[in-house]
Amino acid sequence: MHADITLEPTSGAPMLQVRDLTVEYATTRGAVRAVDRVDLDVDRGEFVGVVGESGCGKSTLLFAIAQLLSDPAAITGGSVAFRGQNLVTMTDKQLNALRWCDYSVVMQSAMNALNPVTTIGAQFEDAVRAHDNLSASHIRRRSVEVMELVGIDPIHLGSYPHQLSGGMRQRAMIAMALLFTPDLVIMDEPTSALDVVAQRSLMVQIKELQRRLGFAIIFVTHDMSLVSHFSDQLLVMYAGQVVEAGPTRVVFDTPSHPYSRGLLDAFPSIRGPRVPLTGIPGAPPDLGVGFDGCAFAARCTQVKNVCHVTAPDLYRVRGVESRCLQYAPDYSDAWLAAAKEAS
Amino acid sequence: MTTDGLVAPRPAADAAAGPLIEARGLTKHFKVGGAFSRKTLHAVDDADFQIDRREIVALVGESGSGKSTIARLLARVYRPTAGEIRYQGESLAGLRSRAQTLGYHGDVPMVFQDPFSSLNPAYRVSHGIVRGLKLHRPELDEAGRRAEAERVVEAVGLTPAGEVLGRYPHELSGGQRQRIGFAQALAYRPKLIIADEPVSMLDVSIRIGLLNVMAKLRADEGVSLLYITHDIASARYVSDRVIVMYAGHIAESGRTEDVLANPKHPYTQLLLSAVPDPRAPLLVDAGTDKGEPPRVINPTEGCRFRWRCPFAIDVCTTVTPRPRLLGIEHSAACHVATADALNAGATAPDSDNGQPTTKTGAK
Amino acid sequence: MTGLLIQAPAPTEATSIAARRGRRLWTALRRSPKATVGLAIFALFCLMAVVPQLFAKESDTVALTFQPEVPPSGAHWLGTTNLGQDIYAQLIYGTRQSLLIAVVAGLFATVLSVIIGVSAAYLGGLADEVLSMLTNVFLIIPTFPLIIILSAYAGKGNLTVVLVVLIVTGWSYGANQLRAQALSLRNRDFLESARVRGERRSYVIVFEVLPTMTSLIVANFLGAALYSVLTAAGLQFLGLGDPNSASWGTMLHQSQANLALQTGMPLWSLAPGLCVALLGVSFALLNYAFDEISNPALRPVRRRRAR
Repeated sequence: MHADITLEPTSGAPMLQVRDLTVEYATTRGAVRAVDRVDLDVDRGEFVGVVGESGCGKSTLLFAIAQLLSDPAAITGGSVAFRGQNLVTMTDKQLNALRWCDYSVVMQSAMNALNPVTTIGAQFEDAVRAHDNLSASHIRRRSVEVMELVGIDPIHLGSYPHQLSGGMRQRAMIAMALLFTPDLVIMDEPTSALDVVAQRSLMVQIKELQRRLGFAIIFVTHDMSLVSHFSDQLLVMYAGQVVEAGPTRVVFDTPSHPYSRGLLDAFPSIRGPRVPLTGIPGAPPDLGVGFDGCAFAARCTQVKNVCHVTAPDLYRVRGVESRCLQYAPDYSDAWLAAAKEAS
Repeated sequence: MTTDGLVAPRPAADAAAGPLIEARGLTKHFKVGGAFSRKTLHAVDDADFQIDRREIVALVGESGSGKSTIARLLARVYRPTAGEIRYQGESLAGLRSRAQTLGYHGDVPMVFQDPFSSLNPAYRVSHGIVRGLKLHRPELDEAGRRAEAERVVEAVGLTPAGEVLGRYPHELSGGQRQRIGFAQALAYRPKLIIADEPVSMLDVSIRIGLLNVMAKLRADEGVSLLYITHDIASARYVSDRVIVMYAGHIAESGRTEDVLANPKHPYTQLLLSAVPDPRAPLLVDAGTDKGEPPRVINPTEGCRFRWRCPFAIDVCTTVTPRPRLLGIEHSAACHVATADALNAGATAPDSDNGQPTTKTGAK
Repeated sequence: MTGLLIQAPAPTEATSIAARRGRRLWTALRRSPKATVGLAIFALFCLMAVVPQLFAKESDTVALTFQPEVPPSGAHWLGTTNLGQDIYAQLIYGTRQSLLIAVVAGLFATVLSVIIGVSAAYLGGLADEVLSMLTNVFLIIPTFPLIIILSAYAGKGNLTVVLVVLIVTGWSYGANQLRAQALSLRNRDFLESARVRGERRSYVIVFEVLPTMTSLIVANFLGAALYSVLTAAGLQFLGLGDPNSASWGTMLHQSQANLALQTGMPLWSLAPGLCVALLGVSFALLNYAFDEISNPALRPVRRRRAR
């Protein structure tokens, strides 16, 4: 069930290679597939954005990559190859050696992720001690360094989380993630609790840090327009599947999948003429019940009969991959007619 | 608006189309700290604004700006520390009897932010609507209430109305629950609906649907809306006028297109520059501003934005700026902006002599 | 404006709130092993209390019916007492009073907890301060000495006194819990919505707040019932109950007075003690089960983005 990949790390291979990753939740109604056969490549220093709305599986995907899933969720297929080693088949001990040193995680809500009864400095110390044996003064020096990196006065190492503002707490989380200068930082909606000015400032800071330290980022968010300015690669998720993936600018300027297009159109602009928008009426399919054909068919403006019957794969079109039947190589009128007869 | 004699007497209706809501010097302070502390939180200070009939006004600000407090002051959840609110010419402080208060609540209902907690999970969604009808439209009998409930549920775009009314909140999606919130407000035949961040907790693809509902309510039912949000893009999409708040003060107000095209207050400029628009590059040179929200406890005189303002001059530290009319229906509370406008001749010097010239959108 | 297709399956029109809740509850109870066991034990005791004649003859509990101090045998499963009563029959007929005390005291204590706890939370200010202080005072009053004094003063063997004392000492713990829960609910939007609608405060408390707290109230009841069972048994053991009444506690008292454990009639002490424990266990199990059921939230408070 878990493919054991041990690639020789060549300079060409991506640092992180996710193949066919599938995550299922065990529920009273049976297994619910929250993440469905997702492929993802992350190169050194690359900024990958994963966007989608609630229930699309993006956070589950993140947790699966970081090997942080717990009951009742479990990886039921696929592999996560980090520098050639498959994380899915590793033991806890092996994972611990990698965690924080090679990759780290920034959670969504700092107020929930930080311990409210200990100081920031004490939490940094905990994090370091969990993964390495350094002297207290060394830890202190390193803590000061990362605080300065993210733009917080190191005096706040003695502060408690509630004494910091929302923006500062998020920065502290990022500082903690950078303690060992990992090669990959996974971020789960780090800006969603912030106001728009704080948000922009934090994103700029993250990008700057990336430039200086050279780590790769997987950034999960629901805010497509925000991530568009910072990411190199973009993945759009819907109902547990990747529906569009490719270079950010291409996805933005010419979205291929009807969902991506609908999503982009759902952001009212502050410049240009005021036009009435429609958003995407309806709701995603109930993953517990399952669906036939394309997951987006019920809400798609370009839907055809065949879409309710045949599930699309990812097809290459204009430099991106898109999960829509209209890009299938054998998509033709004859095929449509045949499918119509069959259904 | 019912004319049945059994209905609670509403505050005196005016024949002329005066403003619906007029706030003058509206102030709300909260005591913070322990029983013996002298610290007061200045949630709202000296706010002047008005809302007319059949218009959507957006109240934009970050957290801590005071926008939610203004919503609750208008909904009479809080009483003002100072200043007054006039509804159709009558001061709210004069509402004494239960009948009068109920009448106001029926005219100015509120829609809440969180779709997960705005409906009582123990009852079907019809419960809130029917209770509201019982309280505010007592002339209706049970059949009448049923019919009215279905009417308002359809007006917000949920069909089939009868089936939706029979559901429990957890059987509806977040967007549907927010629509029910609007339906509840609509059932009172209100004049003004206060919508406190109604779409902030909804998915992006669903927000537009709700915003369109709001516009439809204004067009079809003739209701005014006060749309409170931190998202200036959605404010632009749906509102006629916008009021920008910062740290308890009104920083800028005016017609939406004017304010967005030509922002006068440095805070508005900062806000507009920070909004990510996929169709335009994000300005990053102003990224040194960390977006620290102001803490307005025992504030001193002077502009509360001065620490973050790139244009601050000496007077900003000593004199609190008052809103000045700087264009057609466009006012801003900024010394620098006023000085610029004076130089450009757009406004008369000292035309107010310290009196509030807050023609914030008077039509 | 496009109408929206309703995705979720529709409930039948005729179902009331109680019926739907009941059905969900029943399936949940059936699935949890703790609940099943607890419910089974409780049901058995209820049966014994309501129709004891199904299990034993009442005449068997009258003194001098049989040979005294007969050890357990085919005719007398648990033996006989020093007065010639069948112990097994006594046990069966004693169930009624023990169960009655548990349920009645538990119920009234819960009602008191709800009134004081929820009012304190909702009224706030001075009322809250006063009620909280009252709760805390009653919380720290040492129960047993109080009960002993009151019982002795009011006259031994009065069931009403026992019940009153149990209620008076049993409500304060629950009141604190309910107050905490009600406080957390106080700023929920649907309550603010009711207030802004113009509803009276009393209406909001009774019809908007309480229905959302039912699981905690039920849990409180189970806790109070448990407390009552054990404390009542203890009182009766000490001889403060009605010596002529049939109850497990009285049996414990008599068996102790006759040194049953030392004189080779251990079942006379052990059987009623075991019953007290079992009834307590059933309440405790039901309490655990209720926690498990009510936690995944009959009301979700998710603060994520919604669809």
